[in-house]
Amino acid sequence: MKRTTELKRSVRRRTKEYRNSPGSFILHILLILSTLITAAVTIFIVGYILIKGAPNLSPKLFAWKYTTENVSMTPAIINTLLMTFLSLLFAVPAGIGAAIYLVEYAERGNKFVSVIRITAETLAGIPSIVYGLFGYLLFVIALGFGLSLLGGALTLAIMILPLIMRTAEEALMSVPDSYREGSYGLGAGRLRTIFKIVLPAAVPGIISGVILGIGRAAGETAALLFVAGTAAKAATSLFSSSRTLAVHMYVLLSEGLYIDQAYAAAVILLLMVVLINLLSEILARKIGRK
Amino acid sequence: MQAVFFAAACISVFAVALICVFLFKNGFAGISKIGAVEFLSGTVWKPRNGLFGILPMIVGSIYVTAGAVVLGVPVGVLCAVYLAKFCPKALYRVIKPLVNLMAGIPSIVYGFFGLVVIVPIIQETFGTSGKGLLTASIVLGIMILPTVISVSESAVRAVPESYYEGSLALGATREKSVFFVVIPAARSGILAGVVLGIGRAIGETMALIMIAGNQPKIPDGLLSGVRTLTANIVMEMGYASGLHREALIATAVVLFVFILIINLCVSALKGRG
Repeated sequence: MKRTTELKRSVRRRTKEYRNSPGSFILHILLILSTLITAAVTIFIVGYILIKGAPNLSPKLFAWKYTTENVSMTPAIINTLLMTFLSLLFAVPAGIGAAIYLVEYAERGNKFVSVIRITAETLAGIPSIVYGLFGYLLFVIALGFGLSLLGGALTLAIMILPLIMRTAEEALMSVPDSYREGSYGLGAGRLRTIFKIVLPAAVPGIISGVILGIGRAAGETAALLFVAGTAAKAATSLFSSSRTLAVHMYVLLSEGLYIDQAYAAAVILLLMVVLINLLSEILARKIGRK
Repeated sequence: MQAVFFAAACISVFAVALICVFLFKNGFAGISKIGAVEFLSGTVWKPRNGLFGILPMIVGSIYVTAGAVVLGVPVGVLCAVYLAKFCPKALYRVIKPLVNLMAGIPSIVYGFFGLVVIVPIIQETFGTSGKGLLTASIVLGIMILPTVISVSESAVRAVPESYYEGSLALGATREKSVFFVVIPAARSGILAGVVLGIGRAIGETMALIMIAGNQPKIPDGLLSGVRTLTANIVMEMGYASGLHREALIATAVVLFVFILIINLCVSALKGRG
């Protein structure tokens, strides 16, 4: 009851304000409109592909082996999992290590720290196709891996490194200094403090960065096309050419015959992205509550 | 142990150095064989006849990016302002995750969406192939939204509340306070978001290749097909060899230089803000 009268009063006040200043009203409408467009576009893209694509998911598409007849995406899904896991194996320790150095060891005003920051930002801005060519020149040609799972994973690792570094750095910085001081006060050394006190407290933040990294790695196409190749089999060794799901989708589309199957691949990719975002959202809320 | 962490921190420096060395070494070999002027200002790209002019692709990348900025930036900045200053909490908990989701959608999926939804619409409305500058600009405009929104939003939030309150106290409406006091104060941050969006647009590959038409000539209208630097690389790298391959790597060098310039702009803007 009290709330409704309050609401009425505020609405009355706003209408009066807007009558005196129609420009403000128009601005407000524009703001709301832009936000609505953004939200509507996102919902439309995701909804359209899920709804139009879901009927194309047939059991044939999940056959264990790929043939030109069933166009199965199971091998591509397996490759995506392998590729993402491998790239995390390289990027996560490196990213967390770098963040530990930046937050716990580097002294303020250290010139080298700004060099690290600038290069990390540069890495974050490099387009994936440039990573692709770099991976091709380094891993495929110079190191002689050929088109390989390992080369692809290393390329992706460099690509997601800045993301993991930044989120880990933020997570470490948000651990209150009193934790560290308490640990030192109890006689623990620096290393013990980092591993037993600071890192555990920063874990949720670090994980949400890792999850974002997973999303980026699993959806990548341009960087892998010329490094990991397009072989449609599940990888049997680190050096076998292997297409991930996103690359699989691109190959299907460029052949032009498999729109339905591409729809199905898009559905799986989108479901994965939605799931990843939900996870990181839940984690972020958990951190927020603490 | 400090040495291990230090080594980890050096990886990014090492990686950037490696990327520069490999790209520039291989790219400059191509450029010097073709001739820098001919390469950058030639308007004909016919690898089979030994003609490697990438001007159409440079222009194409710039046009497509400009289109994306025209469509995406106003919506993105206004949405960021709404989220930062006007959005009720309950609504924010819905919109913000949507923006994050948008950032996570793989570019191949955006391209596919453009192909099955926007291309047919343009086709029917204008009676063309549907693939071209306009389609590419629309999809890219959507794709840069999350970047523009999240950077601008934090820029707007970083403006001290006292600016806003001071303006309100002088009798300005909430909207006027935001547009004439808060936004000017946040402008270098917002500009950084726009420039980052430009970087994302100019480097986008997989979405464009499906919807831009990819003809290697300078587009003469909103509906004509366009090939970007990125598309040029992906389309031909698979079968290129010899000088052709070097020319493609040189294309990546040009793209890389664009990105480095954009990065410099961003850090300059951030330094000011």
